[in-house]
Amino acid sequence: MSTTTTIVTGGDTRARRSARRVEPIYYLFLLPSLILFTLAITVPGVVGIFFSFTDSIGIGEWSFVGLTNYIALFSDPAILQSYLFTFGFSIVTVIAVNVIAFLLAVGLTSRIRFKTGLRAIFVIPMVISGIIIAYVFNFLFSNSIPAAGSALGVPWLETSLLANPDLAWVAIVIVTAWQAIPGTLLIYIAGLLSVPGDVYEAADLDGASKVQQLFRITVPLVAGYVVINVILGFKGFLNAYDIIVGLTGGGPGTATRSIAMTIITGFNGGDYAYQMANATIFFVVAILISLLQLSLTRGRNAL
Amino acid sequence: MSTQTLLTTQAVTTTGARPAKRPRMERVNWSGTVILILCAVTVLLPLYVTISMAFKTTGQAVDGNAFSLPAPFSLDGFVQAWNLTKFPVGAAISLLVTAGTVICTIVLAAFASYAIVRNWDRRLFRYSFFYLLAAMFIPFPVVALPQIQLTGRVGLDNPVGVIILATMFQLSFSVLLFTAFLRSIPIELEESARIDGATTWQTFWKLIFPLLAPMSATVGIFAFLYAWNDFMMPSLIISDPALQTLPVRQNLFQTQFSNNYNVSFASYLMAMAPAIVAYLFTQRWVMEGVTQGAVKG
Repeated sequence: MSTTTTIVTGGDTRARRSARRVEPIYYLFLLPSLILFTLAITVPGVVGIFFSFTDSIGIGEWSFVGLTNYIALFSDPAILQSYLFTFGFSIVTVIAVNVIAFLLAVGLTSRIRFKTGLRAIFVIPMVISGIIIAYVFNFLFSNSIPAAGSALGVPWLETSLLANPDLAWVAIVIVTAWQAIPGTLLIYIAGLLSVPGDVYEAADLDGASKVQQLFRITVPLVAGYVVINVILGFKGFLNAYDIIVGLTGGGPGTATRSIAMTIITGFNGGDYAYQMANATIFFVVAILISLLQLSLTRGRNAL
Repeated sequence: MSTQTLLTTQAVTTTGARPAKRPRMERVNWSGTVILILCAVTVLLPLYVTISMAFKTTGQAVDGNAFSLPAPFSLDGFVQAWNLTKFPVGAAISLLVTAGTVICTIVLAAFASYAIVRNWDRRLFRYSFFYLLAAMFIPFPVVALPQIQLTGRVGLDNPVGVIILATMFQLSFSVLLFTAFLRSIPIELEESARIDGATTWQTFWKLIFPLLAPMSATVGIFAFLYAWNDFMMPSLIISDPALQTLPVRQNLFQTQFSNNYNVSFASYLMAMAPAIVAYLFTQRWVMEGVTQGAVKG
């Protein structure tokens, strides 16, 4: 008896599902996005990967060259340098941004005065264009600081940070961090506010110091937010372009040329196919980092 | 901006006097307050430099002291920057690109998300969701070169092309936010509208879209910040310099500004002021929106 009922109901829902027609209007809702997305992103992506196996210069005739571009890439010092610079810069920036943003967030969620006003100020850099603020800092680094250095008689301040091939990246880290801290900060504030207050009260009763509370309670409880901030930040910094254009233009020489900047040279430099191979490798790198992100954030959906 | 500078100076002067007068039980963390105010100065300093430089005369601007107040107070920089960079044209194009991207992102993403969530049992819709989401893995530099070529070939190497591309890069994230939100809306609400005879189209506009408003705000804020401030995409896609957005104009005129720092800073200030002013009026939503978006995304 019971078996028959289940079979009947099972068959019933299946029948109902196939009988349910999708209202045509839903296709109308979905198709514009699908079509535009395919034309704007998928097609260029496929075209790019295709041309990475050719010797195309962007226009005119071309022929297949197999893996030649890829093999050349791995022994190209300019490409290796751009990867080293971009990864090094991203790692340093991600650490600086997260440490500073976390400390600021701890401060902004503690019992301070002017809380809302201060928070409003700290978020301002987020709404400013990267290249424009880079130009402002460019002036400070190349005019104001050297002028102050010679006025105060401090020799190492007299030359611009941006003109030093070994240290120009520091300026890029500073400006990128200046702009990236607000977003990271807001996420940490959300994380810190999600920690229930009675945990700290209990810790107080047990005689834990503020520093102990910070490292034993706060840090472990917001670990999920740290993972999000580190990965989102790192992915963003790998695409660095705007701020570098405004600060150093990739120089001095090619000392601060990011991966994105080398790829773009393929547009003017005639090595279109070669830089498409570079872009394809960069794509693989981006996917690997995203997969890492998925595996790290899985199970943390409670956030 | 000046009000904020005022706020910090006020804060510094009153720090010592206040705590004794406060009757409340909780202790105010004054050392923390002072440290944070000092940190806030590093945020405000570049903005102060931008404003004071913009109001200087060319003669005063080249003396290298970025922190001095303008004396005399001059509007020359603004007049020259306005004419040199054709500011009204740049502002109009930036506004067009930003408004276009915000509206297209909200409408297209809301449409697609609604169709996907209501037809989740259908393979086409389910797969479309993952397909649209895949763009989160694709940074712009990866597809930039072919996009420059293709937009050029089909006549979209202009602000309209930038709107389309920017919308598509915002789409994944926006669809993710909208679908998560739509799943939390009880279907009974919709069914009662249908019983009253509303079509799907009407249900969407009259019931669903208004309900989505908080998420639309979040999606819109992200789209606004991206479209208004981006340099890389418009600089590569828009081929006619006369049609460039404000951030790209700063780059194009960099050599012409040369040592007229008051002109360049007036130009920077005019380009960044609209976003800052908009932010000051919508702070709360921006902060909530960004937090919500980042944590859910």
